[in-house]
Amino acid sequence: MSKILMKGNEAFGEAAIRAGVKCYFGYPITPQNEVPEYMSHELPKAGGAFLQAESELAAVNMAFGAAASGGRVFISTSSPGLALMQEGLGFICSTEVPLVALNVSRGGPGVGGIQPGQADYIQVTRGGYNGDAKIPVFAPAGIQECVDLIYECFDIAEKYRNPVMILADAMMGQMMEPVELPPKKEITPVAEIPKVKPWAITGTGQHEGRNVIYSLRMQPDVLEQHVEKMFEKYARAEQELVRYNTVGLEDAEVVFVAFGTMSRLCAETMEILAERGVKAGLIRPISLWPFPEKAFDEIGSKTKLVISTELSMGQMIYDVKVAAKNRWPVKLIHRTGGIVPSSIEIADKAEALLKEVQA
Amino acid sequence: MIKKLFFAGSGGQGALAIGQLIAKASMEEGNEVTYLPSYGPEMRGGTANATVVLSDKPISCPLINECDILVVMNLPSLTRFESMVKPGGLLFMNSSLIPEKATRSDIRVIEVPANEEAQKLGIDRAANMVMLGAILKETGVVKFETVYAELEHMFSGRKAKFLAPNRKAVDLYLS
Repeated sequence: MSKILMKGNEAFGEAAIRAGVKCYFGYPITPQNEVPEYMSHELPKAGGAFLQAESELAAVNMAFGAAASGGRVFISTSSPGLALMQEGLGFICSTEVPLVALNVSRGGPGVGGIQPGQADYIQVTRGGYNGDAKIPVFAPAGIQECVDLIYECFDIAEKYRNPVMILADAMMGQMMEPVELPPKKEITPVAEIPKVKPWAITGTGQHEGRNVIYSLRMQPDVLEQHVEKMFEKYARAEQELVRYNTVGLEDAEVVFVAFGTMSRLCAETMEILAERGVKAGLIRPISLWPFPEKAFDEIGSKTKLVISTELSMGQMIYDVKVAAKNRWPVKLIHRTGGIVPSSIEIADKAEALLKEVQA
Repeated sequence: MIKKLFFAGSGGQGALAIGQLIAKASMEEGNEVTYLPSYGPEMRGGTANATVVLSDKPISCPLINECDILVVMNLPSLTRFESMVKPGGLLFMNSSLIPEKATRSDIRVIEVPANEEAQKLGIDRAANMVMLGAILKETGVVKFETVYAELEHMFSGRKAKFLAPNRKAVDLYLS
């Protein structure tokens, strides 16, 4: 199949349509506005429904309803919008309803700004919802990878009966790269839903008795049992969904840990450091939860320093420290507020940190 | 091969459109490409720029520290971005709107009176296409033929009537 040059946000919408999405709910927010715009004219053509909600709060709850009745549902937003959706995501986890959410993240806190940011790391990996729940999160580094992940994540969400999150960022949403689009899957006809999703609320005409989807469990033992059941699947997710890439770990003096846009900057930083005689390696977590701790076991004996490289004040660094298990000093290189550092800036800082730990 | 290009102008001048056309054409010629536009509260009259990276290998980073080719359509863009050009690199400037001279002496400067030439052709809005033609002629970064195919794609249907004048503007520097 031939490649086409597509803007990230439009490619993300197309990936969801090709995954057989029936319903999209959204509310405009920069830098992901092209997603709802694209869905508004392309999803109806593919036989699905587009609805612009009155807020992110409404969008996530509409998505909850449509997904509870068995539809393939896609939602997208950007950082402050995701904050508004957190309550709904908690309910969706609690009721074990699958859907896919895309966060094209920007700077925060609050309304923040519209330039790229990664300060949603804690929001997406720990959630802003109450209670014990987890959401698998995948962070692509480019448009093709994001398209492939969105396409696949509907199957993951349905397998685990849980929301799945894609964490892109403003740069990925706005830029263009060549993409090869996956084949179009058919939208599951309503009559077929009870066969593929026997738990869905499809009316008693198609199955014995009532299907009820509910979150309230007043008896502590019943609630504990339910949460433990959820955590059995989260334990499976920790085995099955870990994804990462590594580059040059065996003989690296410095190992960068970076995801998304930052990992691409680090790739160039490694070339700059190589010219300066410093060998650097890279761990790129693709799954942020579950975090790829085992990637750190691939680090060779020459490594003197691990650097969490982030577009935030340092959020992933907590997971990096846990994974490092005190084997190496863990430092931070970061910018925030929507500023993306240059690869030269990262290289300079990495060299300074290396001198510091060697002193 | 890796080529880093930067396009800048004021919103509406079509600097981003040239970048996108070159990126698309280069992809059609079998290269890896990235096209990264500036975005934000920028509209007609504001500033706009785009970074294009072309390579025969996968592109690690779509952001650049310096460029091989800089294209500026107005004076503020020249002032702001002239220092980005690698020594020995190329600077294309729209001399119709930039009466000043470039300050760098370690790069090759190509002055293109894009607006005047477009006006002479009677298609004021195609100044960016005149610039595109000059870039193709001087650099061969992509082939004219590939760009023609993209233009046909771009100006089709209701916009078909714009194809011939735009192509005329691109062709100006061909001879």
